[in-house]
Amino acid sequence: MFDEAGHFALILALCVAALQAVVPLIGAARRDAVMTAWARPAALMQFAFVAFAFVALMHAYAVSDFSLANVADNSNSLKPLLYKLTGVWSNHPGSMLLWVFILALFGAAVAIFGRNLPPALRARVLSVQAMIGVGFLVFILLTSNPFLRLSPVPADGAGLNPLLQDRGLAFHPPMLYLGYVGFSIAFCFAIAALIEGRVDPAWARWVRPWTLAAWCALTAGIAGGSWWSYYTLGWGGWWYWDPVENASFMPWLIGTALLHSAIVVEKREALKTWTILLAILTFSLSLIGTFLVRSGILTSVHAFAVDPRRGVFILLLICLYTGGALALFAWRAPQLQGGGLFAPISREGGLLLNNLLLTTAAATVLIGTLYPLFLDVLTGQRVSVGPPFYEMTFVPIMVPLLAAMGVGPMLAWKRADLVAALVRLKWAFVATLAAAVVTLAAEGVRSVYAACGLALAAWLFAATASELAERLHLFGEKPSVVMRRALHMPRAAWGMTLAHAGMAIVLVGITGSNAWSEHKFLTGRPGQSVDIAGYRVAFNSVKTIRGPDWTETRADMRLFDGSREIAALHPFRRFYTSEDGDQTGVAIHTDLLADVYAVIGAPDGKGGYVLRLYYNPLVPWIWLGAAAMALGGLVSLSDRRHRVGAPARRARAAAAAAQVQAAE
Amino acid sequence: MLHRWLFVLPVALFALLIVGFYVGLEVHSDVLPSALIDKPAPEFSLPPLIKGQPGFSTGDLKGHVSLVNSFASWCAPCRDEVPALVALARSGVPIYGIDYKDTPDAARAWITALGDPYTRIGADSGGVAIDWGMYGVPETFLVDRTGRIRYKHVGPLSEADVARTILPLVARLEQ
Repeated sequence: MFDEAGHFALILALCVAALQAVVPLIGAARRDAVMTAWARPAALMQFAFVAFAFVALMHAYAVSDFSLANVADNSNSLKPLLYKLTGVWSNHPGSMLLWVFILALFGAAVAIFGRNLPPALRARVLSVQAMIGVGFLVFILLTSNPFLRLSPVPADGAGLNPLLQDRGLAFHPPMLYLGYVGFSIAFCFAIAALIEGRVDPAWARWVRPWTLAAWCALTAGIAGGSWWSYYTLGWGGWWYWDPVENASFMPWLIGTALLHSAIVVEKREALKTWTILLAILTFSLSLIGTFLVRSGILTSVHAFAVDPRRGVFILLLICLYTGGALALFAWRAPQLQGGGLFAPISREGGLLLNNLLLTTAAATVLIGTLYPLFLDVLTGQRVSVGPPFYEMTFVPIMVPLLAAMGVGPMLAWKRADLVAALVRLKWAFVATLAAAVVTLAAEGVRSVYAACGLALAAWLFAATASELAERLHLFGEKPSVVMRRALHMPRAAWGMTLAHAGMAIVLVGITGSNAWSEHKFLTGRPGQSVDIAGYRVAFNSVKTIRGPDWTETRADMRLFDGSREIAALHPFRRFYTSEDGDQTGVAIHTDLLADVYAVIGAPDGKGGYVLRLYYNPLVPWIWLGAAAMALGGLVSLSDRRHRVGAPARRARAAAAAAQVQAAE
Repeated sequence: MLHRWLFVLPVALFALLIVGFYVGLEVHSDVLPSALIDKPAPEFSLPPLIKGQPGFSTGDLKGHVSLVNSFASWCAPCRDEVPALVALARSGVPIYGIDYKDTPDAARAWITALGDPYTRIGADSGGVAIDWGMYGVPETFLVDRTGRIRYKHVGPLSEADVARTILPLVARLEQ
């Protein structure tokens, strides 16, 4: 019963979304207050229906209702409740329902928190959002319906892929989708602005918090996914330039550019059409990412729903949304009032450079991801693009970006003095040089790339710290004054400092793991010891453990630093009785400076086991840094200026802008 | 007027992308892995991994039941299946190796260290693996006497896979 109710709720959500897509849009065009006012209740109602459907599917998973084909295919009565629930989005139909749920959630959030938006703008934003909702609801109901029944009802389900039976599944997909789908709001604001023919600082201020929220979620989603693959796959690495990873990375790069260009619109009324284009592209890349993953058009370790029919459907939706948006852009954007020109050496000039480099970086990732496909289409020749391509193209773009990131915040708006800014960064130069010299002295000339990486990280970190110190008058004022300045500093500024410092920390992690990782693959017998990177790993014994629906081989290893035992490592391999496949349990010992990472493989039949040991220095910094970046975004999101709206659009915006300029 | 055309550029590029995607869907929908089952193995000829030894090509697969296994020295899961493959080779089933996107020195060292189950090894820079419809390494194909692909296993072979699936299939195909 509950399942059918969920199914109907989804159909009702489609009906509401169809009305929401049309009525408020007409209302806004005709200045009809009643039709315009439709948008808010419709968005809330659509959310209520989708949420009901989502809860119904969750319920079906929780009670193991195998009369639903989707539950029977992806769950099993022996699973712990957490994996039953996360199993909802472990598969294509369920994860598409999560996608639509988050879309409706954002729509409802705009309806609730967008009280200070002008009614016409809010109506248009919600209408466009409902158009996206309609497309994906139709997609779910026609091609990927999770509520289809199965007859006869099987006694038990087929179970969940062992790789997915992890807490990672609880946070990675929802976070990623919050990011992907969250960018739909920026997209809708862009379309609404194109329809209205007006972009102003108030518009940028309304768009920014939504973009920021999506960006935080996507940052956390990507980093979380990378961490998850690191500790579950047992391959010792954290990023593979896999097409699916790239699909999430491209919207992140363009979304980061969007965050920064929206600041220029807000502060200087420039880069308007460019910001609109970025808003369209960010969400479009999220859609293209969905398409690449779901259609099986690119081969990838992630490809989990290979169905060309679904691929054609999503392609159609992309045509409609991105194609429609870009056509509207070609038609309307030239009529938008352009902003003034500005000097290249200025804060806005720095932000423009950031935009150019980030979009170029995203373009190289796009080319690397799609090149094999296009070569195949054009010539029938098959190739695959691997890490060397990205090392050659992506890294050279990142280096100037990171170098400029240190200087940009030191530049004044309108016209800045580059030489003076560099002089103010003298301590950052000292730190850079020191990092390079210390690395070379400690690790030798062979570590020249590592020295460059660490120097760049030191530069970014020290420059960010210098900017903060300058803002707070850290040197030269009494501590009480500094404290007061710190408390009164806008949270957006704190957010930037945290996020930029986080990037420096990520860079340290990337450099360290690329330069100094070590690994040993061997066949080891219990009783043997292995030396790796100055540590000794004693492989003591192996035992077999039985669980409700699995048996596992668990090794007992001890990690020694000299003669001192510092940790016990228990890597395991788990075989499931109800599912095909097995699960690798990686044992990681971390002291936050380096990880020792152990994996146990198959027995060789003569009492030995295949063992893989890795020493991954500085890898934890990648996730710590990414967490700092996401936290920076959240801090910035909590800035008062985002919460206080601008009801009288121009007057209040101008006053606020004047205030901000005065404050700076 | 040039200014105006600049705004049309994004939608034009997008149209090209969509055409590519559409054609790509068509092209790829017939090389999905299941499509190769019961089809003759693709025509190919690979140079040997080790100089002086024979290479590996389609003709080698005719006349006996055999396994074709893709591997690479950089592929960690490939290590896990070596013991199972060596045992299988000892029981008399010929195994042909496709060394995928590897540096020859690393691959030779890998075989010396872990054991060599292979009758012949071809070195592939990526093209042949795709003709076989491989998603990644390791993958293993069972080829019958007439050179047709009869079974495909994705991921490392465990001893249980060999005992439960591969050996019974080999026995049936050899009849």
